[in-house]
Amino acid sequence: MGTISVNGQDVEVDEEGYLANLTEWTKEIGAYMAKADDCELADDHWEIISFLREYYEEYQIAPAVRVLTKAVGKKLGKDKGNSKYLYELFPYGPAKQACKYAGLPKPTGCV
Amino acid sequence: MAKVEFDVPEIKEFVEVPKIKDGAMAHSSPFVAKPDHQKALGFPGELVENWEDVAIGKMGDLLGKYRSFRVFLDICVKCGACTDKCHYYLGTSDPKNMPVARQDLLRRVYRRYFTLAGKWFPKLVGAVDLNKEVLDEWYTYYHQCSQCRRCSVFCPYGIDTAEISMAAREILDSVGVGQKYCNEIIGKVYKIGNNLGLPEPALLDTLEGLEEDIEDETGVTVKLPLDQEGADILLVTPSADFFAEPHVDGLMGYAKVFHAAGASWTLSSYASEAGNFGMFIGSYQNMREISQRIRKAALDLGVKRIVFGECGHAWRIAYSFLNTLAGPFDFLDKNYPVPQHICEYTYDLIQKGAIKLDKEANDDMVVTYHDSCNVARATRMGDKPGGQFSIPREVIKASCNHFYDMKRDTIHEETFCCGGGGGLLTDDLLELRVKGAYPRMDALRKVVEEHGVTHMAAICAICKSQFSKVYPYYGFTLDQIVSLHQLVSNAIVLKDEQ
Repeated sequence: MGTISVNGQDVEVDEEGYLANLTEWTKEIGAYMAKADDCELADDHWEIISFLREYYEEYQIAPAVRVLTKAVGKKLGKDKGNSKYLYELFPYGPAKQACKYAGLPKPTGCV
Repeated sequence: MAKVEFDVPEIKEFVEVPKIKDGAMAHSSPFVAKPDHQKALGFPGELVENWEDVAIGKMGDLLGKYRSFRVFLDICVKCGACTDKCHYYLGTSDPKNMPVARQDLLRRVYRRYFTLAGKWFPKLVGAVDLNKEVLDEWYTYYHQCSQCRRCSVFCPYGIDTAEISMAAREILDSVGVGQKYCNEIIGKVYKIGNNLGLPEPALLDTLEGLEEDIEDETGVTVKLPLDQEGADILLVTPSADFFAEPHVDGLMGYAKVFHAAGASWTLSSYASEAGNFGMFIGSYQNMREISQRIRKAALDLGVKRIVFGECGHAWRIAYSFLNTLAGPFDFLDKNYPVPQHICEYTYDLIQKGAIKLDKEANDDMVVTYHDSCNVARATRMGDKPGGQFSIPREVIKASCNHFYDMKRDTIHEETFCCGGGGGLLTDDLLELRVKGAYPRMDALRKVVEEHGVTHMAAICAICKSQFSKVYPYYGFTLDQIVSLHQLVSNAIVLKDEQ
């Protein structure tokens, strides 16, 4: 466990930098985490992040990659509704990297 | 997403047995489980005060319970046959990743406390006291063994390093030092029903989405039923099949096979996990508890058969241990294997001509097949020796025109681990996973060059996730790993189209 300090607010994160308490999430925290990974979040990233948070709100888990690509395809057009597009945005894997910036826990298991 | 800096092994003409580099992987240890993760599994939250006594007590307990464990510790003659057989040694050069050296970490403590010579003349027989340094070394190097059992194939005595590594992890858990990845996951199975932590409403939503996708692609309505009482078949599959790529393509393949066969089947939200990480941590108690969920789901739903999806270690447990862990399964239909593997199920239908496959649907691929270690070395399929090798290959060959095997000493019972099995598929062990994948990546590279292979199929959720993670390090792309039933899914001719 560790803490990161964002705009004067101390937030607790786990060993891999995932937010310990998901209610503490703010956009600034997401941007700060991304910056630490050399990733600058643009509108395209934020669209994914907000979808993840909405989905989590409803189902208490991040969406499967396929669910995510389908939702993205519906909303942003078919050319973006594929995992290639998501991997371009989040090269460490959309499920893990995007979840981190969205303040969601990391998916576990054989994934 | 911390960047990990390390050298990726270079692929050469032959796999060279590397010169040893002492301590090359001494820095590689997975995150330790939090007290909450530990307690949910019945283990102490953190290192207990009298841990030396507890550890030796546990070792004694295991020696009494498992005769094999004692024999394996006694019988090694240091012949060296295993030294160049471990993918982690070949990929890391760390001599403690030679199976014999890995065993010796435990063996020297065993000698000190449980053998006459070790009690009286420890130095003469290489016996050592258990201290914190030894305990830490156990934690480090028993989490660099994927329990793949390749070394045991070559050991003239058949010493099974996996069993020793499972015992070591059980001892570590008993003193309060568990591994976060495995233990957190087991906790999720108890709480939610699967490794992923996928709750029932999310599972239902995912399955409905897949039904839509299949209908969009094929025009045929194929159901993925959940908790359907009175169904004939309960499908138990790794939760990664609901979540990850290419796993989910395999799941759609199973659904299409059931549909084409006109079978009545269901998934269970209570037993929404085939995997059983209790085995990885050597905990009989946890392994049993997880297995019991499958029994309960089968009874509650009133099914007649249980079929397992593509999951390597699940099939080991299903095939080898399920009856003693959760049996007797006398309520199931004895005309079918109890339980049955999805590959056996599909193969059977192909043999009977009950499903039709259009091989040309996979003509854009040249396929090879990765034998998963637990399936290859701990189980069988069908009723003939070697069925666990031939049946998946027969299903692939019935689904596509272009198939080539990798080199003989890297497949079948000599298959190399993907590098992420046995509870090591976690990002904190990424360096180990990349390096451990080296022998398999080398064999794959050779068939790519010789036969133009484009895709490798697998029947294990861990293998699939591991390859999609490590492929880019070796110049392959994510989508070059496919589920076996993804090939079936592409090729199967669905009823409405006939």
